[in-house]
Amino acid sequence: MSELRGVIISHAALAQALVSAVGAITGVDGALLAVSNDGCDSGALSARIIEAVGAGPAVLFVDLPGGSCLTSAVRLAKGKADLGVVTGVNLAMLLDFVFHRDVTPAEAARRAADAGGKAIRVPAA
Amino acid sequence: MSIALYRVDDRLIHGQVVVGWGQPLDASFIVLVDDTVRASDWEQDLYRMGVPPHIEVIFASVDEALRRLPEWEAERRVGILLTGDLDTMAALARGSNRVGKVNVGGIHHRQGRSERLRYVYLTDAEAATLRAIAARGVDVTAQDVPTARAVPVGEFT
Repeated sequence: MSELRGVIISHAALAQALVSAVGAITGVDGALLAVSNDGCDSGALSARIIEAVGAGPAVLFVDLPGGSCLTSAVRLAKGKADLGVVTGVNLAMLLDFVFHRDVTPAEAARRAADAGGKAIRVPAA
Repeated sequence: MSIALYRVDDRLIHGQVVVGWGQPLDASFIVLVDDTVRASDWEQDLYRMGVPPHIEVIFASVDEALRRLPEWEAERRVGILLTGDLDTMAALARGSNRVGKVNVGGIHHRQGRSERLRYVYLTDAEAATLRAIAARGVDVTAQDVPTARAVPVGEFT
């Protein structure tokens, strides 16, 4: 199985900032691509995502569990086993993802959701 | 309070609508008028995902919207009515006398359109459609979020 690519789809410049942060922390380049919805209707955003995904397989990391980024991602991934979708993207899930890309997109999406969720805590002050 | 915002936005239900406008208006329902979405349960589920549970989402075709506008306008709750294109909003304005204001919230780049504002791209025909809506006495402005200036139709068409 070829290694998965991660495509982060976000409002404004969040996706690019996450790609930069992952690179700075891990030194891994090329595993993640950023897509912004700036200035896009749904057709233009879909075109940007398709270009980023390339030949696949890939996991689409979406910032919010609703809205234009999610609707475009889910429309694109519908019925395609080589694309997974996960929402609520955060740095922790991306750090885990870049080192675990030899699984199916669905498995990677589940693993990312788990890793991202575990990172949300309220530490004792 | 009824429909507080009649908005044209080609992204339909998204963050600017639910959070940007929904929070300050304290919206309790969103009416999405779109014949294609109305005919697809899957599309409706997709759009519902972006809306918190305390906000009701109503999907309507253009014909259904024209019939139900008086009902929604009589609501005690605050609502937002969305269309994804100008023709749909124009049909609502022509078919009823309920639409007093139209908010152009986002019409993005596509072949044949030119930039009128950062978030509004129009063909000449679309600009004419907006002017025709305004000529019916409807207050047409462009404003992506509530904190931005409402730009009168004459300034961007």
